[in-house]
Amino acid sequence: MTALRLFLALLLVLVVGCIGFVAYGWRSEIDPVARPGQPDPALVQRGAQLAAIGNCNVCHTAPGGEPFAGGLALPTPFGTIYSTNITPDRETGIGTWSAEAFIRSMREGVDREGNHLYPAFPYDHFTLVTDEDNRALHAYLMTREPVRYVPPPNELPFPLDNRLLVAGWKLLFFDEADHQPDSGQDEAWNRGRYLAEGLGHCGACHTPRNRLGAEQEDRHFDGAEIEGWHAYAIDQTSAAPIPWNVDSLADYLRRGWHAEHGVARGPMAPVTANLGSVDPADVRAIATYVAATMGDPGPERLARAEQVRDAASGTGRLAQSADSLAVPATAASDDVGAAVYASACAICHESGRPLPFGGLDLHLSTAVNGPNPQNIINVTLFGLPASEGEAAPVMPGFAGTLSQQQLVALMNHLRGSFSEQPAWTDVEERVARTLSGEQPVSIYTSDGMQHAPATGMRTKPWP
Amino acid sequence: MAVTLSVNGQSHTVESELDTPLLYVLRDDLGLNGAKYGCGLGQCGSCTVLVDGAPVFSCVTPILLLEGREITTVEGLGTVDEPGPMQRAFIEEQAAQCGYCIPGMMMRAQALLERNPSAGDAEIRAALEPNLCRCGTHMRILKAVRRAGQLMQSAAAPGASEGAAS
Amino acid sequence: MTGLGIERPTRRGLLAGSGALIVSFSMLSRAFCQEGEVQNVGREPEVAPELPGSLSEDPILDSWIRIDPDGGITVFTGKAELGQGVKTAIIQIAAEELEVDPAAIELVTADTGRTPNEGFTAGSQSMQNSGTGIRHAAVQVREILIGQAAGRLQLGVDQLRAEAGAVVAPDGRRLPYGELVEDQLLHIEAVPQTRLKPTDQFRIMGTSMPRVDIPAKVTGGPAYVQDMRLPRMLHARIIRPPSYQARLLEFDAAPVEQMPGVVSIVRDGSFLAVVAEKEFQAIKAMRALSTRARWQEEASLPPSADLPQLVRDIPVHEDGIVAEVLAAPVGVEKTYEATFTRPYQIHGSIGPSCAVGLFENGVMTVWTHTQGVYPDRKAIAEMLGMPPEQVRCIHTEGSGCYGHNAADDAAADAALLAHAVPGRPVRVQWMREQEHAWEPFGPAMVTHVRAGLNSSGRIAEWNYELWSNTHTTRPGPAGALLAARHLAQPFPPQEPKLQITPSGNGDRNADPLYTIPSKRVVWHFLKDMPLRVSALRALGAYANVFSVESTMDELAIMAGVDPVEFRLRHLDDPRARDVIVKAAEQFGWATTTMPPNHGRGIGFARYKNHAAYLALVVEVEVERDSGRLRIVRAVAAIDSGEIVNPDGIRNQTEGGILQAASWTLYEAVSFDDTRITSIDWSSYPILRFGAVPDSIEVHIMDRPGEPFLGTAEAAQGPTAAAIGNALRDATGKRFTDLPLNRARVKQLIGA
Repeated sequence: MTALRLFLALLLVLVVGCIGFVAYGWRSEIDPVARPGQPDPALVQRGAQLAAIGNCNVCHTAPGGEPFAGGLALPTPFGTIYSTNITPDRETGIGTWSAEAFIRSMREGVDREGNHLYPAFPYDHFTLVTDEDNRALHAYLMTREPVRYVPPPNELPFPLDNRLLVAGWKLLFFDEADHQPDSGQDEAWNRGRYLAEGLGHCGACHTPRNRLGAEQEDRHFDGAEIEGWHAYAIDQTSAAPIPWNVDSLADYLRRGWHAEHGVARGPMAPVTANLGSVDPADVRAIATYVAATMGDPGPERLARAEQVRDAASGTGRLAQSADSLAVPATAASDDVGAAVYASACAICHESGRPLPFGGLDLHLSTAVNGPNPQNIINVTLFGLPASEGEAAPVMPGFAGTLSQQQLVALMNHLRGSFSEQPAWTDVEERVARTLSGEQPVSIYTSDGMQHAPATGMRTKPWP
Repeated sequence: MAVTLSVNGQSHTVESELDTPLLYVLRDDLGLNGAKYGCGLGQCGSCTVLVDGAPVFSCVTPILLLEGREITTVEGLGTVDEPGPMQRAFIEEQAAQCGYCIPGMMMRAQALLERNPSAGDAEIRAALEPNLCRCGTHMRILKAVRRAGQLMQSAAAPGASEGAAS
Repeated sequence: MTGLGIERPTRRGLLAGSGALIVSFSMLSRAFCQEGEVQNVGREPEVAPELPGSLSEDPILDSWIRIDPDGGITVFTGKAELGQGVKTAIIQIAAEELEVDPAAIELVTADTGRTPNEGFTAGSQSMQNSGTGIRHAAVQVREILIGQAAGRLQLGVDQLRAEAGAVVAPDGRRLPYGELVEDQLLHIEAVPQTRLKPTDQFRIMGTSMPRVDIPAKVTGGPAYVQDMRLPRMLHARIIRPPSYQARLLEFDAAPVEQMPGVVSIVRDGSFLAVVAEKEFQAIKAMRALSTRARWQEEASLPPSADLPQLVRDIPVHEDGIVAEVLAAPVGVEKTYEATFTRPYQIHGSIGPSCAVGLFENGVMTVWTHTQGVYPDRKAIAEMLGMPPEQVRCIHTEGSGCYGHNAADDAAADAALLAHAVPGRPVRVQWMREQEHAWEPFGPAMVTHVRAGLNSSGRIAEWNYELWSNTHTTRPGPAGALLAARHLAQPFPPQEPKLQITPSGNGDRNADPLYTIPSKRVVWHFLKDMPLRVSALRALGAYANVFSVESTMDELAIMAGVDPVEFRLRHLDDPRARDVIVKAAEQFGWATTTMPPNHGRGIGFARYKNHAAYLALVVEVEVERDSGRLRIVRAVAAIDSGEIVNPDGIRNQTEGGILQAASWTLYEAVSFDDTRITSIDWSSYPILRFGAVPDSIEVHIMDRPGEPFLGTAEAAQGPTAAAIGNALRDATGKRFTDLPLNRARVKQLIGA
């Protein structure tokens, strides 16, 4: 009897709990709206800038697809999620979404019908976006070309395919919030934090995630793996040989390259391409905030940076070079890595030709100085594919050229010659996984020359 | 330094410095014309050859990487008298103007079709992206590659006895 | 056969007293035809009457066609294969009129030791000049052979016919050509009258005979000067100055001389080069030497940020009236006014320029992909201080040049180095960045148009001005050669002169073909050339047709008339109307509606106003958020006169469209105050496969019996115009500055 009573009591608790949870998780549908009228052009213009900061086009456009029509496969540890159609098409896009519905999706991660959205859509950041900015974004999206397109269904195993579970995730990891200015910081820093933590969602790539896919708050901006790339730490542990500052960061974010840091590539390439079309003051604000997060490098790092600068200007650099691609005669070497570097890499990387078209002196390379070799492996194998018709750096990939051993030897040589960091321990494993395709790598054209990216930036590796 | 390279199925020992890009060894030491100097930077593809079946820019591939690997140039696809399917297709489609870029195009297309002879237009375009043509022969090159795919498929189809004797 | 360096006697002036002309082809002399392509060509005194095509330059039949006793037939053309398929077309013409199999003909192209002087292979004139000349020569040779056979067979010429390399009698007796040729039989002057074969009897002309050069090109045969390997040949590289005005101060040769394979370091003034046994040894030595050379540079380049201002800031040296119809404009109701610009653009051969030189026994031989072996020879001889007879230039194919690129400069480099290292052939090829930085660019241009419509929607007045350098700084003079300018005793470039000719130069196609009652077209001639410039395919026609045809669309919109209809209303020439109607029909102009963000546009021109007619309709798609423009499809109609090889015409036209599309969408030379900074394909991007249109159709008008009009340069202007007009259609905005790149499009449409 007691057991039965206990069982019934537990059942009751469970049922009540479930009902409570469902009630917690339940969101009402917001009524569809009629076709919007003529929006205010100034609002649309502002929305365009905000959309660029939010990088909306990059996830919501499939390679070769129409802008904002979605369908991009986003591989997650839990399965593949396909980005949604956010064009104003009424049947397949968000054409029936009122501004309120749009605001709710950004703030709460819930679609117009009331379904919870998977956190691949970074509402954990977008929740900070003000209603005013959301209205501008909405106005902008509503003036895009409507595209009738239904993205493929998500590929998630049971029970993850049940969106109610997202409510549970939110309970654990998500807080709806407003951006609270810090009165102890100046306006640029506060503006920068609002953009970087909110719409810019820098942490979505640069902050490591826990096993349930939530950003680890205690490791904010500490560097993470994304799309087969290492998103560098942009906190005090930044591996950049020359420490970033507000100027260099603002410059890099707007132009897609910096003479002392190199060229944006991988998933960062479209970010900087988007920022190229954004009000420079906003980009500078982001740089201000991120540089502050990185902190003051201190005398030791600065002294080290000076050494790196000297080393970089010492190798084959010429004040006046007749042949712009001149390199000094290569030294013979028994070391395979050194020989490969001298004969295949140095022609561009020691040419003295300035960035962005010349190769970066690898003393300056964060990839070579980073915590793992993934990025330099990727760049070596896949290069920088040419942009469509825009002046942008091109680097040939060496995927067909280098054997696994040669690539390992080259990576070790680069680390040994251009960095004072300890040798990498995972070169062989990462090279093998990357060459075999076990580690998929997203390739983007390097379009970093101050203009909006074309939809085709995500591309296939060549050759 | 003596290096042994396997080119178009034949082994060659050449005297050359190890940092010499494959392009110059093919042209100067082996007397092969197919791979062309275009940019020396891996930006234009006119030097494209196959290494173990993968397309590479021979202008940025030092020979020290290539010992024991199989190199194929356009000369390895056939001859004037007995052109291979890729060559036949380019002749039949008249897919050349000045023709300087064409051997590189053919080699890159060859690598694609060896993987997938039924590659469609989008795949062919994507595969040829690294290679530049200045004459504007692109439409014909695309047609020729599609035709080459058909020729390869029909040659590989059962009952196609031509060439099977070898 | 003439030997090395032995000048052929000139036959100029032998024409006096020839009979009257009654043939229906263009009777332009070579000098006349090549106006606009040749630097400072003077009007030569007309020698009347003229022989057809290039026969007017060299009337002796066996300069063009020789038949050996064994029946071997050799045809000589002073024109060069540039990848345009001219060899195939000339073989077709000669085989047709000689009544032989095309395979029976050996064709010898541009060689100062062997072929007639046909000036430059340029301006889409090979068919008009050489094709026409050889065609007439072939007919006359055939008739001479028939006459000879008639004598031998005691039959009337009417009873005989030529067939498969022999003259055949009604009873079946055959006299092969080889047996009919006697000493000097063909060493006679051509006559002005020729009975050309009528089109309906063609066996070979009018068919798409496969190109004779393609099999070697796709199988690794030696096809280019880059592929030449002469016994004991050396390889050279030049260490070019870093910028236009740079002077070589000093260099340290000693360590470089020790490098493996280095044979010689050659320096003359600011000309510095290395010669080595193997090619990559030369490259390594070049790199090593360039790190050991010090130059004095000068910031000589104008500010590049504002191109129209740059061009406008160059002082106008002289005004040339290109066209003028003086009539007071009547009833102008609406006016359209705009300024158009075109940047400096490169030829951008995929294979950098190359040449092989050999100086032996006092004779200099240069294998070169120049467009003009004779003018190149003259320039090289002057540079070396040698008599021209001691210099031989042999055309050997290179990568496509599309005009005056660095071919002649590389030939000069090879000659200088061969002179310095006599007795061994020296091959020199430019590096990519040298080609990009040092080739002569297509000049930047600014045009301004003001055009008025009357109340009935017709153009009542047209004022057009253009600001441009000359578009030709070709050899002849040694100063046209880059290396010659760098020598210790330099040859300065020749001063450019304004000339207004029917073919046009910077003003090519500046005068619209449309019927306009009052017009004035002026070339503000800019003499100073801050950047090195010369002929790029189509010369001024590219920018002028873009300007004219953009204006036509704006006027059509003002008049509320369909752009196709508006053009037809202003065209009297039926052949012009025909290509427009054809292109529009094939595109489906009247029936197709454009999806959102797509637009369509038409461009038309008759090249030089006296050559090929071409109309092009394109559909473009604009990606509003990025400003990216994509050409979806293109439909062209071309009238090149009598068709020799339809596939050749199609190939050239497709190529012209795609190349011009690349210019139009992407291309501009960049530079700072001292150096050219667009020095490779990353800093100067061109069309790649990802942006190639879905389809290109070329429809050829059938014009039997009409003179050849040339093909290769007909498409450039109309392509730019059609794209601009399609963009206007898609966005409602008129784009006036080339290229139509993403940033510009996005900025103007403000998406």
